[in-house]
Amino acid sequence: MDKSTWTTKIGLAQMLKGGVIMDVVTPEQARIAEEAGAVAVMALERVPADIRAQGGVARMSDPSMILGIMEAVTIPVMAKARIGHFVEAQVLESLGIDYIDESEVLTPADEEHHINKHKFKVPFVCGCRNLGEALRRVAEGAAMLRTKGEAGTGDVVEAVRHARTVYTEIRRLTSMDEDELFTYAKNIQAPYELVRQVAEAGRLPVVNFAAGGIATPADAALMMQLGVDGVFVGSGIFKSGDPAKRARAIVEATTHYNEPEIIAEVSKGLGEPMVGISVSSLPQDKLMAGRGW
Amino acid sequence: MTIGILALQGDFREHEAMLQRIGAPTLQVRLPKHLAEVDRLIIPGGESTAIGKLLVLYGLLEPIRERGRKGMPIWGTCAGAILLAQRIAEGRPAGQPALALMDITARRNAFGRQLDSFEVNLSIEALGDAPLNTVFIRAPLIEQPGPAVRVLATLADGRIVAAQQGHLLATCFHPELTGDERFHRYFLEL
Repeated sequence: MDKSTWTTKIGLAQMLKGGVIMDVVTPEQARIAEEAGAVAVMALERVPADIRAQGGVARMSDPSMILGIMEAVTIPVMAKARIGHFVEAQVLESLGIDYIDESEVLTPADEEHHINKHKFKVPFVCGCRNLGEALRRVAEGAAMLRTKGEAGTGDVVEAVRHARTVYTEIRRLTSMDEDELFTYAKNIQAPYELVRQVAEAGRLPVVNFAAGGIATPADAALMMQLGVDGVFVGSGIFKSGDPAKRARAIVEATTHYNEPEIIAEVSKGLGEPMVGISVSSLPQDKLMAGRGW
Repeated sequence: MTIGILALQGDFREHEAMLQRIGAPTLQVRLPKHLAEVDRLIIPGGESTAIGKLLVLYGLLEPIRERGRKGMPIWGTCAGAILLAQRIAEGRPAGQPALALMDITARRNAFGRQLDSFEVNLSIEALGDAPLNTVFIRAPLIEQPGPAVRVLATLADGRIVAAQQGHLLATCFHPELTGDERFHRYFLEL
């Protein structure tokens, strides 16, 4: 019997596909998320919109708060560690968390190195903006990816940009001849072996969700139609007027992403969405997606 | 013969890829109109709570149960096995819907959390001599099989991980995540 194999690590992400992973800050919110049909929850102290508003250093959440959420629900629970902060990751692993998000939403702890995720039994999800970044994270041991978007804004524009970039690059890769792959791998700063695998398979080696700015059922369906395997919704649910209703509507739109009539139906009367900040109005130093190397 | 794959959530594309490799026609089932077009149904791995809610919301629970009662072969892997079970150990979470077609008890997250997920080679008589690589991810166990239930596979300690009741099949592991087609072929012959 072999525990924590690569197959079981990427396998849990396979089971989450077609689903919605929701940010929650209390056990009560976790129960609302589960009740609405979330496939997993991300336990954290402050949703990205609040991190953005309050500023300061954003760190791993209080273990007692994470454990409280693990107690409250039967679905998988994820938690965030700072980029490069392998001790926060060790702590989260010791709590028995199901997935660690090495996340640009928190303040990075290392501006050169990411966590060596191969050293851990617990699987990791990491953010990416393009294929090179995605494959660097997989090389470090990430068993799941998410396009970064721009967290805490409620503006889907960056999520779209990053998903389009990744899938356009994959399509370009599949049309290259073998000789071109070497140079392409060098140019996108990704390991040649992974680049070759993607070229052959025509898809990423691990599951890829969308994140960062998804606030409505239509946003979720948009990302699904662009080709992602599922969606993370952070501030979009519990910063809105009727979280339970919006959570369920986003779940339904993610499943039925190709059925505009259903998306229309679930979008009716959802109440106030999160307020939102247009990404183009943010100064460069307030963007989270640029964190990660 | 079209094989329906319940595509509300979970690893339905892995089942689809496996069946297409075998050469079986497949259809993703998301709405009742899709169900009407299929002869068999696979319920994939995923989160049983999420799949259960979507089954009810989109009017699939009753039609699938009805087809199952009338003899349509159904195979549930992991979350699918939980949905097929008549009983859930330590209680089904309040309001959690289920097909409740098989005379078995499912124990959810029976091995613990993700850190306890594992792979193991199992000998399964129904599939022939070569052992099957089985992948368990936050997997359930099958308990208290009724008299009409045939146990297909157990772990070394005797705990039940695959069972059959006539045309209904439940596995706690994920044959769709391996390259081994034997379980899919077995289901097609039910």
